[in-house]
Amino acid sequence: MPQLTLELERRLTTAVERMPAFPKSVQVILEMTRDINCLPRNLVGVIEKDPVMTVKILRVINSAYYGLPNKITSVGQSVVYLGINTIKNLALSFAAVGILPRFNTTGFDIQRYLLHSLSVASLARLLCEKYARSEVDPGDCYIAGLLHDFGKVVFAQFMVGEFMKALAITIDHGKPLFEAEIEVIGADHAFVGALLAKKWKFAEPLVNCIRDHHDAAAEPSAMLDCLRMADAICRKHAFGDAGNPWREEELAALPTRFGDDIEVVIATLGDLQKIVNDAQAFAQIGTEK
Amino acid sequence: MKVKMWGVRGSIPAPGPHTVRHGGNTTCIEVRTDADNLIILDAGTGIFPLAQTLLAHLPVTANIFITHTHWDHIQGLPFFVPLYIPGNTVCIHGAYDLVAMKGIEQVMDVQMQYSYFPIREAELRAGIKYETLTVGAPVVVGDATVTPVLLNHPVPNLGYRVACNGRAIFFTGDHEPLGNIYTPDDSEYANYQAIIDHRHVELDAALGQLDLLICDTAYTLAEYPAKTGWGHGTFDHAMDMAKRIGAKRLICTHHEPTRGDDELEKVFAEALSRHPQLDCEVMLAREGLEILL
Repeated sequence: MPQLTLELERRLTTAVERMPAFPKSVQVILEMTRDINCLPRNLVGVIEKDPVMTVKILRVINSAYYGLPNKITSVGQSVVYLGINTIKNLALSFAAVGILPRFNTTGFDIQRYLLHSLSVASLARLLCEKYARSEVDPGDCYIAGLLHDFGKVVFAQFMVGEFMKALAITIDHGKPLFEAEIEVIGADHAFVGALLAKKWKFAEPLVNCIRDHHDAAAEPSAMLDCLRMADAICRKHAFGDAGNPWREEELAALPTRFGDDIEVVIATLGDLQKIVNDAQAFAQIGTEK
Repeated sequence: MKVKMWGVRGSIPAPGPHTVRHGGNTTCIEVRTDADNLIILDAGTGIFPLAQTLLAHLPVTANIFITHTHWDHIQGLPFFVPLYIPGNTVCIHGAYDLVAMKGIEQVMDVQMQYSYFPIREAELRAGIKYETLTVGAPVVVGDATVTPVLLNHPVPNLGYRVACNGRAIFFTGDHEPLGNIYTPDDSEYANYQAIIDHRHVELDAALGQLDLLICDTAYTLAEYPAKTGWGHGTFDHAMDMAKRIGAKRLICTHHEPTRGDDELEKVFAEALSRHPQLDCEVMLAREGLEILL
């Protein structure tokens, strides 16, 4: 079991409050909200593509003051409870923090990270609709995809030296990033992402999904299955690389609900080009993959 | 319990010859529990005439519950005279401000800044407490409990259920029925509607078993399409809600500031005529209206 010191845990939790959001969402939100008649659905469409904004909104609405009977798991649900004007003003306050730089000193590429997170999110939702609709909400699978690697951005922003070292180990020794993170930091991005999500009182299935996404022995769930399969499809088609400079060639075994042929699953999902195009446009990545 | 309306106008005070019958002060409701504990719902300009009546019986112990911090619900607060008199005790309750990330303790500090008011919050002489509320968590005030319910407005708005010895009233503050932000041909429409439907069930449950519902009815049915998203309901929304939750009485309030008495009574009568099956007593709020429960 990875360990974090209490001091480090406290530092990371408060640091995320000051974390800037992604350039495209900040830019679009500032533009959109100049119009008093901006459509709520368009605003939600932007916020829910940004992992930082999504995390901050879910953190706020799940806070103790709004002790709501059920956990809020999506931006849309947040709008139903808080109203669009509050969500708009929250987004503006997040936008005012600034924007994440494309590269920080660790060399971690946040645009490629975003491309990966968005692609996995959209695919996880699609897979859920086709294969697990009766078991889990497709919107929850989208959020799981969007936030599964959130711990990486936290490391890249707030543990620069350690994360740079972990990235170097993956290249020099051909190791998966999460193993290198455990070696250097004492915990991987999945553990830290889940720790933060739990602290912010996110729904338990989401916390578990973030925690377990690299753990082959983890208790299976429909949400985790959709996330893993979406991740596998993204790797196969190289939809962003989540900022990992090195990745293992062989994929872990696919969740059994999807059969044993990834190409058959991909064929059932129809044209994935729109998902890729939307993710690329938002991540501000041209034609590169 | 006794309920008295001191301010029934929405948005901005509307004094003048056209509002004499219903009144021009903004939102303020006095609730006296069976044991005569004082609960004040909102601190619009109506709290000023209420304050005058309290001065005859010092010291004052008051619990003020702010539905939300838009001006028409707080603008009388610095004029609540008992705040200036040593020996009085005033507890101000309200919601956590998610955007400012501050509790209700910021309300008067913001209002009473140097540029806007001559006296600082720190100079008030009464014992003042602030209680930032948790949605759904009841607050005990003497022989009553006050339970905040999160409703729908451009800023988080708490409706309050006040219950005392088996009687219950609910004041919505400002509330607009939930609407779908998507159109039926959007792929997200059905999911969003399911969340709204679930939310309606939650809200109706929180508003069950009411002897009196005091509800925001700023607009008419005809006006509403142009005002959708502004955070207020219509007479028809309120009557539908009262029927749905089985409220025994309904008071329509938050009158639109440009609507004079004649017009107000006319649109109210029209709305009533659209709800002939309504099995509860319905009335327009007016300053001085008292209901004994």
